[in-house]
Amino acid sequence: MLMEKINRRLALLLAGAAMSAVMTAGMPAYADTPADTLVQAWAIDDMISLDPAEAFELSTGEITGNTYDMLVRLDANDTTKIVGGIAESWTVSDDGLTYTFKLKPDLKFASGNPITAEDVAWSFERAVKLNKSPAFIIQQFGLTGDNAAEKAKAADPSTFVFTVDKAYAPSFVLNCLTATVGAVVDSKTVKEHVAAVTPSDEYKFDNDFGNGWMKTNFAGSGPYKTREWRANEVVVLERNDNYYGTKGNLARVIYRHVKESATQRLMLEKGDVDVARNLQPGDIDAVSKNADLVITATPKSTVYFFSLNQKNENLAKPEVREAFKYLVDYDALGDTLLKNIGAMRQNFLPKGILGALDDKPYKLDIAKAKELLAKAGLPDGFSVTMDVRSTQPVTGVAESLQQNAAQVGIKIEIIPGDFKQVLTKFRARTHEMYIGQWGVDYWDPNSNAETFGINPNNADDSMNKTLAWRNAWDVPADIQDETKAALLERDATKRAEMYADLQKKVREAGPFVFLWQETEVAGLRKNIQNFKLGPTFDTNFVGPVTK
Amino acid sequence: MANVATAVEPGRRRKGVSAVVSAVLRFVVVGAVTFLGLLTVTFFIGRVVPIDPVLAIVGDRASASAVAAARQQYGLDLPLWQQFALYLKKALTGDFGTSVLSSNPVMQDILRVFPATLELATAGTLIGLFFGIPLGVLAAVKRDSLIDQIVRVIGLVGYSIPIFWLGLMGLLIFYAKLDWVAGPGRIDIAYEYTFTPITGLFLFDAAIQGEWAAFADIFSHIILPASLLGYFSMAYISRMTRSFMLNELAQEYIVAARAKGLRETRIIWGHALRNAAVPLVTVIALSYATLLEGSVLTETIFAWPGIGMYLTNSLQNADMNAVLGGTIVIGTVFIGLNLFADLLYRLLDPRTRA
Repeated sequence: MLMEKINRRLALLLAGAAMSAVMTAGMPAYADTPADTLVQAWAIDDMISLDPAEAFELSTGEITGNTYDMLVRLDANDTTKIVGGIAESWTVSDDGLTYTFKLKPDLKFASGNPITAEDVAWSFERAVKLNKSPAFIIQQFGLTGDNAAEKAKAADPSTFVFTVDKAYAPSFVLNCLTATVGAVVDSKTVKEHVAAVTPSDEYKFDNDFGNGWMKTNFAGSGPYKTREWRANEVVVLERNDNYYGTKGNLARVIYRHVKESATQRLMLEKGDVDVARNLQPGDIDAVSKNADLVITATPKSTVYFFSLNQKNENLAKPEVREAFKYLVDYDALGDTLLKNIGAMRQNFLPKGILGALDDKPYKLDIAKAKELLAKAGLPDGFSVTMDVRSTQPVTGVAESLQQNAAQVGIKIEIIPGDFKQVLTKFRARTHEMYIGQWGVDYWDPNSNAETFGINPNNADDSMNKTLAWRNAWDVPADIQDETKAALLERDATKRAEMYADLQKKVREAGPFVFLWQETEVAGLRKNIQNFKLGPTFDTNFVGPVTK
Repeated sequence: MANVATAVEPGRRRKGVSAVVSAVLRFVVVGAVTFLGLLTVTFFIGRVVPIDPVLAIVGDRASASAVAAARQQYGLDLPLWQQFALYLKKALTGDFGTSVLSSNPVMQDILRVFPATLELATAGTLIGLFFGIPLGVLAAVKRDSLIDQIVRVIGLVGYSIPIFWLGLMGLLIFYAKLDWVAGPGRIDIAYEYTFTPITGLFLFDAAIQGEWAAFADIFSHIILPASLLGYFSMAYISRMTRSFMLNELAQEYIVAARAKGLRETRIIWGHALRNAAVPLVTVIALSYATLLEGSVLTETIFAWPGIGMYLTNSLQNADMNAVLGGTIVIGTVFIGLNLFADLLYRLLDPRTRA
């Protein structure tokens, strides 16, 4: 009896379920995104904090770039040049140590508070004292927790004075100040949310400068303001109506976390998102063939390379290092695996940065590689391992090298691994070969020149862990000296020439085989106008976009 | 058979109660030991993985002093046993620390992502039950008939086709081509702020706030991934129901019931299924628990911000606090459901009360 009753109820429920399925089928799908909102599908799982003093990830770069202001910005039309952000003008003292910035008048934060030089000074001070990942970009000018308030200070409400410890190339200082760590925060708002902390040896201050609050909140002045960030779900930006410059066209910009390329493509085709940001080659192809969609692409600042740990005695031989440069089929990789997503590049500087070289002297040449190996006393080759992050395209590229190397007797064993796992090994210098990528830390040639060309102490306990150190490369003195000199060269043309020379020297002598520069690709709905990816993530501006 | 439970004399009933109490006690002890084991194992696995946790916190480019500061702040400079003691103490009070990735307390993150998984898993299990049990019963009763073959094929397909493929196909057909359901995600941005997520179960939240347009949108979003999970759950449940039913139908009491002249429907649904229901409860509970762990692939394909995706992402980024917290919550749910299934088992099966 009971079971029969249940049975009848079950039948009712089943019927109900069927009914609602039918109802759903008849419902209109909300295919189009709202007219005043830009919806982007983007993998934003790298985001760990919205605080510009802490955030150093690609996705946060874009959010900070659109929601905060810096003193100076890159010129969108020529990224080797600088234009004013909230600074109207600036002067450099004759001794090259003092930079004086005059702020534009009557600027306001999104909160309505006025932007003053005090805000700029406090933003610099908190970034230096918090000492999070991007802090070194400001600290490298000699700022420490003890002297930050003195070296970055307001002379009056509209004049900010920045004092550096050496007569650096002004282009270097200004380039670094475009970084998002120099974003100006609304000190009045942030100070309302400061939390007390117990000072320790590592952190000597009694408060967190609002870092706890700023991780998930907003206190900026850019064309957009951050309304909400829900980790791995969504970031919602809203237009800042207090913005002093050209206001954003759309009322809202929403980033939806969608990890899968195929899913992003479906949503884009369907019109549920306006922009898809993580399309893989197969999906890019499909999108480019769809009449409703367009593809836009820009080279980004990340370069990919093979590196050879010089602790390995075979890899340490100069002829072996050179041989590897002839074992890569650059042309074939560019036409296949890296089509649409990368541009072949044989220099450590990415295109668009001061002094970047475009030449490509190396080509696949098995005979030449064989000859070099014979010269190194290894005519029969040798065995070696390579740590490879188990994603594409790096795995494919590694396999391609593996095949070419086999032709000259070099047996490469590929060790696949999770990114952090491979990186942990690389950082500890326990790898033999590695395929990795490096994005510039700040938009200046010194960032890459330093990491590829400086290694002051090749010991395991060195404090200066550059990429040259990670591959145990005892960099020749002339390269290190020239890198240091370029940093102080005040004539920008001469400086660019020095970096050109350095790129040649490092690519010839170094344990690095430079491969390609990453291209960022986005798929757009046809009705989206003025969506332009910048050379860095903080120049992916959404303000001009219309639909 | 159905009368046994009601016909027991008072003395036996008391024994039955004490059996349940002792079962609960046994499970509290077993549960506590399992839980402690879970805490220990997850902690040490978290510490032996060849990934430097500081890397996740400060990134690849931080200065040596920033690395040292983070190491100290997260207590990673202490000896391992001290870290473990500290971790145990905190975990027992529900404090799993702060997630590196989201900057929130792990518990707060889990309370946000778990309802998404709970909603999806519950919908999936309900679908699995509604279709799986009747299908399984029919297949057993009409053994080797067409319906039996169909159930077998469903089961086979459910076991052999990868869920990400079915998920993408489902999206392609029902979302992209036919336009029957909404796409990935839990809700369209048009409804994003129309109601307050109180429980985090969006269907429930929208319903109690009377936001029926939002409710319809949420329903349209959940139906496809829930059907997908429901399909896999149905495949399992129908297969198990079939085999339990076949076992029961071969018993002598069925022959006796038939000889007595009972109607066939009553024999099947009232007698056989009732007995088959006992082991079936465990099967259903375990299948529900599996779905509650969060189906990583389904959540990834459908951009469903649930605990599966949260855990995978945390794991990939060496965000150990989040991994440990999530693992423990899932472990607790698993232990809890097991306990619940065992209790139900005891209630349904009179023999266990003797």
